[in-house]
Amino acid sequence: MDKIQNNKAWFLVLPVLVLVAFSAVIPLMTVVNYSVQDTFGNNVFFWEGLGWFQEVLTSKQVHSAFGRQLMFSGLILAIQIPLGILIALSMPKKGFWASVCLVLMALPLLIPWNVVGTIWQILGRADIGLLGYTLDALNINFNYSRNPVHAWIIVVTMDVWHWTSLVALLAYAGLQSIPQAYYQAAKIDQASRWKVFRYIELPKMQGVLLIAILLRFIDSFMIYTEPFVVTGGGPGTATSFLSIDLVKMALGQFDLGPAAAFSIMYFLVILLVSWVFYTVMTNLDKAEGR
Amino acid sequence: MAQITLDNLAHSYLPNPKGEDDYALKQLDHVWGDGEAYALLGASGCGKSTLLNIISGLLVPSRGRILFGDRDVTREDTVARNIAQVFQFPVVYDTMTVGDNLAFPLRNRGMDAGYIAARVQKIAAMIGMEEVLKRKARGLTADAKQKISLGRGMVREDVNAILFDEPLTVIDPHMKWELRTQLKALHNEFGHTMIYVTHDQTEALTFADKVVVMHDGRVVQLGTPEELFDTPEHTFVGYFIGSPGMNLIEAEVSGNIAHCAAHQVALGGNYKALSGRVQIGIRPEFVTLASGEEGLPVTIKRIEDVGRHQILRAEFEGKPVNAILPEGMAIPADANRLKFQPERICVYVDDWRVAPLHSVSTPEEEAV
Repeated sequence: MDKIQNNKAWFLVLPVLVLVAFSAVIPLMTVVNYSVQDTFGNNVFFWEGLGWFQEVLTSKQVHSAFGRQLMFSGLILAIQIPLGILIALSMPKKGFWASVCLVLMALPLLIPWNVVGTIWQILGRADIGLLGYTLDALNINFNYSRNPVHAWIIVVTMDVWHWTSLVALLAYAGLQSIPQAYYQAAKIDQASRWKVFRYIELPKMQGVLLIAILLRFIDSFMIYTEPFVVTGGGPGTATSFLSIDLVKMALGQFDLGPAAAFSIMYFLVILLVSWVFYTVMTNLDKAEGR
Repeated sequence: MAQITLDNLAHSYLPNPKGEDDYALKQLDHVWGDGEAYALLGASGCGKSTLLNIISGLLVPSRGRILFGDRDVTREDTVARNIAQVFQFPVVYDTMTVGDNLAFPLRNRGMDAGYIAARVQKIAAMIGMEEVLKRKARGLTADAKQKISLGRGMVREDVNAILFDEPLTVIDPHMKWELRTQLKALHNEFGHTMIYVTHDQTEALTFADKVVVMHDGRVVQLGTPEELFDTPEHTFVGYFIGSPGMNLIEAEVSGNIAHCAAHQVALGGNYKALSGRVQIGIRPEFVTLASGEEGLPVTIKRIEDVGRHQILRAEFEGKPVNAILPEGMAIPADANRLKFQPERICVYVDDWRVAPLHSVSTPEEEAV
């Protein structure tokens, strides 16, 4: 069969190109554009080169926000992953109660971010919140708007409440896919409960757990709404995570240049982490298939 | 090691079994001798695996008791019973090396490290995996994984019994022979009680001293391969064992004569008056082809040459009848009758064999 050369066929990909351009490329390029220019208003821009990038990279404020962000993501991963696995292990495997558990577990996932923020903002208040009031009654002086440690406690607890279900559901799906024969063989081999977990359940959950870690990392690394509603990034800058800082910079101070440079680097960090996870997962799949 | 007694055992997967049909395993009373090799043979879904899981303690029977020696273990778990079991599909611990997989049951019992190392070497030599002991089990082929499972089953010397649940399903044919031979050698060497579940009669007959045939949740016969071949106690044993299986023909029996439709067949013994559904059974090996007026008139359908012999497929009164003929035997054009060796004919009432009152004459005289 003769191959026909007809370059008009390129027009067929045009709709996709237009769509992607408007949804991703053009907005992103606007940010890139801002990141290398400066303005004093009136829509007049000056070439700035890599100046904003240098400024952001050496900024103490950004450094500390980055540190807080890493600590937050590390903390919630360290809590949510083991807790999610533990919950998945103790959920019933089948029957009526399995369905009830699944629905209950899914509930927090369905609540919008700002609603979750509001719930916890009120819950933690000593005057009208159930949690704050109870702690106050127990003579514990809990005040998340003054005490940085308390602010961290409430923000982390809130995230654990909101997102542990996701880890639990993923781990549960992983557990359900383990054939019964594995448990029977482990019984025959007289393996302890810990060894069943260590050598059967954990390896079989590996894939879904990696996805859970990836999702939770990205999500927590970009967290904005909930701490914004509960603490507003305070007290001081105690709970100012990267995105809160970014929004302050871009919309509060209208420093478009540094904010644009900041968001590009922010984006690159997340891209890098996702790439690392992707590589690890595909390598695992290859090892499995060998 | 111990003798295993099944006392009045029955199992149903339903919480409240009503009739017989609700039971996956119907009443079983059997004693499995210490140190013997048994094959548990039956079609899929006949209750073989259920019985095996009850013996190993993975299932608690609805009714009855299991005894190891004199000890009642019905309520004891798998650990207390100390039994090894190999499953149909390979189970390996992916993240461990092959060697660690083999050592796993021994480590769980807290054995001495030197002993474990020696034992793992020995088992690895047996399953031919000495080269890969240090390799991770993840990513091995299915039959390599199944060999590891087999190895794990055999690594403990002190087990009460080793149970095999169709372990060679996923293994290459040439490897099957080798492994089966090794299992047998292992049995001779250590004298473990072994129970080997299979639906492959060759596997059963070559592996075991005694074969237990199960059908529809019941043990229909327990005997040596010869007994199963010569005197199947149930029509199921007759047609399940042998290739092709036993010919079964509806008949009426009086004395030492069976009346099949309008024809008479001489039997090897006298029978009392029988009521119910009566059939006579004859193995194709004892059927000969003839021409003339004697024997059952049949329509020959086809001849299959299977190498060592030929299988003649024929029909009597619309029902299939088979005969095994010697290799290379020419089929005469006028052959239209089949003759049965009378002393080889078994009589069945409602599928169960009935013994003759006494033999009419010795087999040697009749077998012509």
